Amino acid sequence: MSMGKPLPHDSAPLHVTGAARYIDDIPVPADCLHLAFGLSHVARGVITSMDLDPVRSAPGVVRVITAADLPGMNDISSAAHDEPLLAPGDVQYHGQPIFLVVATSHRLAREAAAKAEITIDPKPAILTIDDAIAVRSYFEGGPLTWKRGEVDPAMAKADTIIEGKIEIGGQEHFYLEGQVSLATPQDNGDMVLATSTQHPTEIQHKVSEALGTPFHSVRVETRRMGGGFGGKESQGNALAVACAVAAHLTGKSCKMRYDRDDDMVITGKRHDFRIAYKAGVDAKGKLVAVEFDQYVRCGWSQDLSLAIADRAMLHADNAYWIPNIRITSHRMKTNTCSATAFRGFGGPQGMVAIERVMDQLAHRLKMDPLEFRQANFYKKSKPQETPYGQPVKGFILPDLVKQLADTANYASRRDAIRVWNDKNPILKKGIALTPVKFGISFTLTHLNQAGALVNVYADGSININHGGTEMGQGLFQKVAQVAAGEFGIDMGRVRITATDTSKVPNTSATAASSGSDMNGMAVKNAVDQIKDRIARLVAVDGVKPKDVIFEGGKVIAGNTVFTFEEAAKMAHENRVSLSATGFYATPDISWDRSIGRGNPFYYFAHGAAITEVVIDTLTGENKILRVDILHDVGQSLNPAVDVGQIEGGYVQGAGWLTTEELVWDDKGVLRTHAPSTYKIPACSDRPDVFNVALWNGENHVPTIYRSKAVGEPPLMLGISALMALSDAISACGEAYPNLHTPATPERVYMAAKKVRT
Amino acid sequence: MDIAFLLNGETVELTGVSPTTTVLDWLRETRGLTGTKEGCNEGDCGACTVMVTDDAGTRALNGCILFLPQINGKTLTTVEGLSAPDGEMHPVQQAMVEHHGSQCGFCTPGFVVSMAVGQINGETDHDLQLAGNLCRCTGYAPIVRAASNAARRPVPTWLRDIPTGPALRGYANDFQPTTTAALAELLRAHPHATLIAGATDVGLWVNKSLRDLGTVIFVSQIEEMRRIETAPYMIRIGAAASVEAFRLAIAKRYPSFSAMLDRFASAQVRAAATVGGNIANGSPIGDTPPPLIALGAMLQLRHGDDTREIPLEDFFLEYGKQDLEPGEFVEAVVIPREEGEDRLKVYKLSKRFDQDISAVLGAFNIRVKDGNVTSARIAFGGMAGTPLRAKAVEKALIGKPWTIQTVRNAKWSFAEDFRPMSDMRASSNYRLETAANMLERVWMEDQGQVTDVREVAP
Repeated sequence: MSMGKPLPHDSAPLHVTGAARYIDDIPVPADCLHLAFGLSHVARGVITSMDLDPVRSAPGVVRVITAADLPGMNDISSAAHDEPLLAPGDVQYHGQPIFLVVATSHRLAREAAAKAEITIDPKPAILTIDDAIAVRSYFEGGPLTWKRGEVDPAMAKADTIIEGKIEIGGQEHFYLEGQVSLATPQDNGDMVLATSTQHPTEIQHKVSEALGTPFHSVRVETRRMGGGFGGKESQGNALAVACAVAAHLTGKSCKMRYDRDDDMVITGKRHDFRIAYKAGVDAKGKLVAVEFDQYVRCGWSQDLSLAIADRAMLHADNAYWIPNIRITSHRMKTNTCSATAFRGFGGPQGMVAIERVMDQLAHRLKMDPLEFRQANFYKKSKPQETPYGQPVKGFILPDLVKQLADTANYASRRDAIRVWNDKNPILKKGIALTPVKFGISFTLTHLNQAGALVNVYADGSININHGGTEMGQGLFQKVAQVAAGEFGIDMGRVRITATDTSKVPNTSATAASSGSDMNGMAVKNAVDQIKDRIARLVAVDGVKPKDVIFEGGKVIAGNTVFTFEEAAKMAHENRVSLSATGFYATPDISWDRSIGRGNPFYYFAHGAAITEVVIDTLTGENKILRVDILHDVGQSLNPAVDVGQIEGGYVQGAGWLTTEELVWDDKGVLRTHAPSTYKIPACSDRPDVFNVALWNGENHVPTIYRSKAVGEPPLMLGISALMALSDAISACGEAYPNLHTPATPERVYMAAKKVRT
Repeated sequence: MDIAFLLNGETVELTGVSPTTTVLDWLRETRGLTGTKEGCNEGDCGACTVMVTDDAGTRALNGCILFLPQINGKTLTTVEGLSAPDGEMHPVQQAMVEHHGSQCGFCTPGFVVSMAVGQINGETDHDLQLAGNLCRCTGYAPIVRAASNAARRPVPTWLRDIPTGPALRGYANDFQPTTTAALAELLRAHPHATLIAGATDVGLWVNKSLRDLGTVIFVSQIEEMRRIETAPYMIRIGAAASVEAFRLAIAKRYPSFSAMLDRFASAQVRAAATVGGNIANGSPIGDTPPPLIALGAMLQLRHGDDTREIPLEDFFLEYGKQDLEPGEFVEAVVIPREEGEDRLKVYKLSKRFDQDISAVLGAFNIRVKDGNVTSARIAFGGMAGTPLRAKAVEKALIGKPWTIQTVRNAKWSFAEDFRPMSDMRASSNYRLETAANMLERVWMEDQGQVTDVREVAP
């Protein structure tokens, strides 16, 4: 049985030998052309002149394409039709593509693109949240408020009130494989693309719109990505459309990949937020009212920002019962790159703010922050409703947190840290436990569907395909384990194939942690159909089809036993179809975003982390010393893959909140556009002691084998690192640290200095 | 240029190559070996890591900022060359599979090559060995588990005795001189040529600024310029000595300096970057000049047959301007040995510990006798347009008792010495205050206090 086994990633042997093929590794025809964008050098303005002759006459240049040359729609947006591939006349951010160079090599295309002489009449750019507030630069015309109860009277009666705000920085995805696409023109006007994308179907749609052809003329294939993290949900559209247009115009294969610096300048990142808050508790230390104003810097186009801002609102409660709450979301339009999906999709920012509130309240009440958190958890016995009206069912955090705190000796370590801090004038330690409750499902309900195609060949080998894409998360292996388990055969018989819009159509992005939940179910659905057909064939002599067993590589019908190959061959010879499409639509979800009410999530995934840190008060340098995690993946489909997601998610979340700082200057130029200046965690930044355990339990709703989604939730375990730093700074004095993120050494130093004086 | 090298056991001879073609581009675009990946194209992510072997040993280098002439006469092993000829996986490859060390797999070939180099060299400090390989998926834990496991397995037979180069020990090229005298003559004839040593900076001019460098002269093959001579009264470092060789050479004499060099850059960059390059490019944030200045280092410059020696601190005239004439080059740097114990303390402050450019780099050489400060040479990087001495601070210390009161008084003098800039790495205030706090750290360390977060156990 393959289910629940800690099998390696299906491509691991290919990864380690360099044989795993990414888009840029695919052999191309010798006359393949290469593309580069010419970029805007100002944040906002109107193009007054554009001399592209030096570009056209540069070595190797075959063609130069501007907005006016595009054969179809000039749009690469996910939904709002507000994002031109090439700036049509006005530019909206520094780094916006203005023209496209088609040349005989990647380097020649880049060299040529730099030769353009473009004059842009600059206009006042809206760069920051403050700039946007000042001129009311909003998407959807203004803020959106969701609420429950009556916040103001409850706040008026509160025993203790805190107020504050936290600046939450964005995050560059830094997928190791940059954005890349390859288009090969076919006969009859068709186009085939190989693209590094989480959303082949959207690529298909955008390419067909750009070429003015029906969807069936475009086929998009994605075998694997070198990392995605949300950054390849919509950000690959530009390259794919550029390649398809250039291939259409030249009749040649066209490939485009961004140089890393271009990638970081052009593409969107995690949204930075400012969240202002006010919170009140009663005399017993129970939350009575919380108010949030979430300011979201969305950038120049809408992209996925509305759904992201929604999810931030939907996670403003995290794990806590808040009887009266008001959340106002301000979606600010700015002249910066269009912020986009990133693991957690707004949820992490919403969660950081409520965890800050809990931390600050505990500090004010002089309570242990963990005890204060525990006292305010949703009740597990009687489901309470979230602010948006969804009953919190299957809520295991009270037990999970208790188990984690006990096994990791939270209480005694807290005492030991106090003693240690008293003895050390320069260095201070801190510790924090933070929980995660993350809603699973796309909030845009119709996206919660998946399809699959399973082919059994006459020799008993199996080819499976589904709408999910592989970006390293182990989705393909998990789904293959489902297929092998259901057929009762060994994994070696199952071949996983590239995601392909011509095999499974109309797919959703591989996003919202939904990959294995939905595609696992869709594949199972297809497998069930094939098994049923085989069972009907082999069930003779009084054996009922439903009693036929598939296990151990055998098909067992009473006393008759076939090998799986024999059964497959027999089915073929009896003209029984061995191919089936599967489908799955997540049940029991409903959501009205206009009023912020409904059951947007099928279930919640949970986890908790304890982080211990040490800081240097002379410089703010800091280090994560130890991390203990207990995480809920339901009944794991593959514990090794799940632990990998948890470890990686934690480090990525901690990186977001500590060293990963995006800096734009006052002209709207991103100053941190390369790994030399933008610092994701390196090897030695991982915790010295890193204990990760899986919660022993199963999903309370019938997901595939009662497992739970694991892609995004662990990222938010990293919030414990921020709170631990805050705790360490608190050891320097009486005041609350008010630490903003990312908590770089400079911010830690400045906060400690302020607390001391 | 014409070059010859061994590639995964096969001799490769190339004629007429452009001297600034990178090994990575050649492997991927010409040779069709796509296992080596381009992640950042500037030597900061390690996805392009390759193994290079020559008489000096085996090391990991970033293929994206390694020009083809730099491997002339050497052996290049790529991820495709790690497995046995019969396809049996290398132990690090096996360990990576067994320990779930790959997720998206894109960084993996680079990690595997770094780990294989580490295994050959008997390295067990995996954080140090892998600091230049970024992974965005795993959080590194399973990779380090794999590295620890692989370190316990024997180096596979097929990599035990890697030849140090092809039978043909590379082609001779006019612009790859092999003696200092030949270099001097060549540079006199081509005074505006670009010198390329490790290419860790010049590589970016080519890859990122898309510059056409015109005439280039390679220097790292000049054995006498790579030499580090250690004598009781001085250390003389040839300008083409790698930062890694320098780090090892001073580990005993200047442990704080050597430890800072762990963080100077990744293993791949340290193995390529040179001490001379770090000085000659005149960067205000180069990490070797401040400690060298604090040690009173002298710079040996050469023009044709003429040589001159100047204090290193005098070399840096202003931002982007050094005391270097066309046709002149840095030949060596000499550190005089002072009487008494080593007192040099070097502190590097950056957003991330490893492979990051300093916001502030402080070097303190404060000598104390009978409780009084007898001499002080203090120099900083990141605080001005050039590496710079903190002369007012030094003055505030010399002759005073080495007490916290003296330290606190002297901290006020930092504002006299420095008016640092604000940029994406740090604000002016933060630089100024932490630079001053570093002085306090020197004193605290003298009192036996633990002041380094990396020395704290959980």
